[in-house]
Amino acid sequence: MARSALTGTRVRERRLRIGMKQADLARAVAISPAYLNLIEHNRRRVGPELLTALSEALGVEETTLAEGAESALFEGLREAAAGSASGTPEAAAELDRIEEFVGRFPGWAGLLADRQARIGTLERTVEALSERMAHDPFLSASLHEVVSAVTSVRSTAAILAESEDIAPDWRERFHRNIFADSIRLSDAAAALVAYLDASQESETGLSSPQEEVEAWLARTHYHLAGLERAHPTPAESLVSGVADLASGAARKLALAHIARYRADALALPLEPFLRALAEDGPDPAALARRTGVGLAAVFRRLATLPEGAGPPVGLVICDASGTLTFRRPAPGFTLPRHGAACPLWPLYEALARPTVPIRAPVEMAGRVPVRFLTYAYSEPRHPGGFDGPQVVEALMLILPASGARTGAERPIGSSCRICPRGACVARREPSILAESG
Amino acid sequence: MTRRVLLIEDEPHIAEAIRYLLVRDGWAVASHGEGRSALEVIRREAPDVVVLDVILPGRSGYEILEELRADPDLTSLPVLVLSARGQSSDRALAEGAGASRFIAKPFANAEILAALRQMAGA
Repeated sequence: MARSALTGTRVRERRLRIGMKQADLARAVAISPAYLNLIEHNRRRVGPELLTALSEALGVEETTLAEGAESALFEGLREAAAGSASGTPEAAAELDRIEEFVGRFPGWAGLLADRQARIGTLERTVEALSERMAHDPFLSASLHEVVSAVTSVRSTAAILAESEDIAPDWRERFHRNIFADSIRLSDAAAALVAYLDASQESETGLSSPQEEVEAWLARTHYHLAGLERAHPTPAESLVSGVADLASGAARKLALAHIARYRADALALPLEPFLRALAEDGPDPAALARRTGVGLAAVFRRLATLPEGAGPPVGLVICDASGTLTFRRPAPGFTLPRHGAACPLWPLYEALARPTVPIRAPVEMAGRVPVRFLTYAYSEPRHPGGFDGPQVVEALMLILPASGARTGAERPIGSSCRICPRGACVARREPSILAESG
Repeated sequence: MTRRVLLIEDEPHIAEAIRYLLVRDGWAVASHGEGRSALEVIRREAPDVVVLDVILPGRSGYEILEELRADPDLTSLPVLVLSARGQSSDRALAEGAGASRFIAKPFANAEILAALRQMAGA
């Protein structure tokens, strides 16, 4: 049975809703009441001319009668069937009778479609949260703290509970351990709750337009091939219908990113830039000299190359307040998801010294410290002219370190809350992690 | 003959609890709390079994395990991997790196003992 066969049901529903008699409607559209009765019970199809006449007589749009409000309902039911784990031939047969189901049990059908929509929303939330769990350094570090403390408490408490012959000194030691771990556990849990409260997360799991843009860029591997051509893909086409860019604010940010990306691509066309990169290596100063383009554009270009065309780079950009406005993570270089980053990042040194290029090897704190070579630079702009305010933006390019550790690496972290460097002179708040030197 | 186990775990209270359990069970226990020199310690101690944490200072347990499996002298050494991440993907990661057994934290003490006894053929 085709979906349009349900037009009769909709005709009947509409007629009854406006209190029109079957005979009156039949007369208005110049058919017999008996024929209209057959139509209303979906036993006769409605031709285009009759559909027009019925819609005029009933005061509704033709499409409302032809397609009804059930389109979404049908889609929902089909999704429910597709999501069914059974996949049996019986399920396929039932799918063939979906229109009959809707016609006979519209209430149940609506309920089922609503449940399916809710399941879809929940699945997207779970997916977003899983993604967040995997990529949020604070959450990951907090949960590791919790699991470690719980492991210790569970194992030690079990020894105490199950051992009758435990020596007094061991008993005392285990009591001390459990007490210390309970403090650690409560601190980690409190920090976790405070963090989750502060994140003001939406149901999708993405809390800000910037995160939406980052999710979109991560999916494109930060390279927008459509903008590299002489006749680029229109910006609107690149952001239209992108699931990651759910909010209007995110699409606006994405359009600003695209405009800057295009300007950089025009200043540093891809092929010549890749040739220069092959000859000079990823040294931004050498690339800027050779191309005659500013350091900031070179930094951005290095961070938007096709996958595999250059070294694995990270790039962070901040405004004059220190707020990170762009984050492309480098493998092993942990970027904070919320709040301020480590004040020892060369990025902030560059912010304090506009137009002075800074090259600094660093070592990122962690259970497994990782070394990087960073280049940082900031430049003031005056978009409002002589009378407007100065706008400063700092950039830091993050490259993997080469060669052996020299000892000259600057010790840095991600952010104070998850940094284990207890003796850091720049610390602004306690860490939730056990401290190291 | 006394079975020897090397425990590579940087959380001191977890290490202390496991050490107590194993000593009481008749094992000779050596322990180490850092990743970078873990392979040297494994070679020096020549244990019957290794208990290896994943997240260690200096070097991850997976890196240690991969290098260990590349060494012909250590390729068949039984290694029990302990991880704070217990999802199936983490288990697969451990097995891919060469783990003989995988146990997620928090664990039951009896689970650790049973696994080590079985791995050591006791």
